Amino acid sequence: MQEDINKRIVDDFVANDVSFVTTVPCKQLAGVIDEIDARKEIRHIPSNKEDEGMGLCAGAFMGGKRPAIIMQNTAIGVTINTLATLTQFYRMPLPMLISYRGELGEPVACQVEMAVHTKSLLAQLHIPTYHFHHRDDVEELDKILKYTFMCNKPVAILTDASFWGGY
Amino acid sequence: MIRSEILKEIAPILRDQLVVCNIGIPSQELHAIDDQPTNFYMLGTMGLASSIGLGLALSQPKPVISIDGDGSVLTNLGTLPTIANNPANNFILLIVDNGSYGSTGDQPTYAGRKTSLSKVAEACGCERVIECSAENTGTVLQEALDSGQMTIIVCKCESGNAKMPVITMDPVTIRDRFMSAIEA
Repeated sequence: MQEDINKRIVDDFVANDVSFVTTVPCKQLAGVIDEIDARKEIRHIPSNKEDEGMGLCAGAFMGGKRPAIIMQNTAIGVTINTLATLTQFYRMPLPMLISYRGELGEPVACQVEMAVHTKSLLAQLHIPTYHFHHRDDVEELDKILKYTFMCNKPVAILTDASFWGGY
Repeated sequence: MIRSEILKEIAPILRDQLVVCNIGIPSQELHAIDDQPTNFYMLGTMGLASSIGLGLALSQPKPVISIDGDGSVLTNLGTLPTIANNPANNFILLIVDNGSYGSTGDQPTYAGRKTSLSKVAEACGCERVIECSAENTGTVLQEALDSGQMTIIVCKCESGNAKMPVITMDPVTIRDRFMSAIEA
C-alpha cells in the first residue's frame, strides 16, 4: 500500500512532465524519493537547503524543465525570502510536496512548533495550499500539478502522518 | 581592479553566453555596462546565483556563467557540494572575490580574511577550480569556456563599486526575454 502511494505520486509527476526534482529528505518522504531515483524520466538533484533547491528549480524552469521540490514543513521559514523574491516575483511555477510534520500521531514535540505556523506562513505568502490527510486525497494531485503550471505560482501540498499511514 | 572594471573587460566574452548575475550592485553594473537578453538579473534572493545557474546548466545544453560574489557564496555555502556532485560541463561559476559585501557598504567577508573559497570548492569536490587575479579574468574565463569542463573561477580583486542606476525592468520581463534567448 505504501509503495502504491509513492508510485502513484511519482506517476502523476511524470504524467505532468515534471522532470527536475530537488529534495531535502524527510523520513515520511523517503519512499517517494526512492521512487524518483528509480525513474529515468526525472533528474533528481538533492540539495543541502530548501532555498538552494528553489534556486535550482528556478534555473531548471528557465531551461525548459518542469521542476518540483520535496521538503519538510519545518523548512518553510528558511524559504520565505526565496519564495517571495524569486519564485513569486519572477512568476515561476513550483509544486512543493511537503511532509507535514507535527500533526496527529507526531512523536516528536519540537515538530509541533513549526506545524502550528505552517499554514499561516503559507497563507501569508498567498501560496495555494492543499492538505492531504486521507489516503484518497492523493486523487487531487494530478489537478494540483496542472493548476500549478497553469498559474505559474508556487503551490504547497502538505502531506501529514495520517495520509502516510502513521510513523 | 574592482568588479565593474572586470565586468567591462569580460563583457565581450559574456555577451554571447547565458549569464545569471548576482543580486545588487553586480547586476546593476552588468546591466549598465552591457545589457543583453541573455543576462538574467537577480533583483533579490542573495546567495542563489550559483544554484539558479546550475539548475539552468543541467536543464539545457548552452553554456551558463553564474557571476557570484564571495559574500553570496558564503551565504549559500551548501551550493558548492551540490555543484561538485552534479557536474554540468556547460557551467562556469565566476566568483568575484573582493573580500567584501559590496552592495551593503563594503563590510569585510571571511573570504577576505582566513577563508579560501577556492580551497573550499576543491574540498567540496569541484575538479576544475582556478584562482586568478582580476587582470587575468578574461583569459581564464575564455579558457574555461573552451575547456568544455565545469569550472569554478575565484577572481581576487579589490573592493569597490561603480555608481550605476537601479534596474527598473520588471522581473517577469527579465525572465521572459531570458527564456526567449535560451530558446533562440
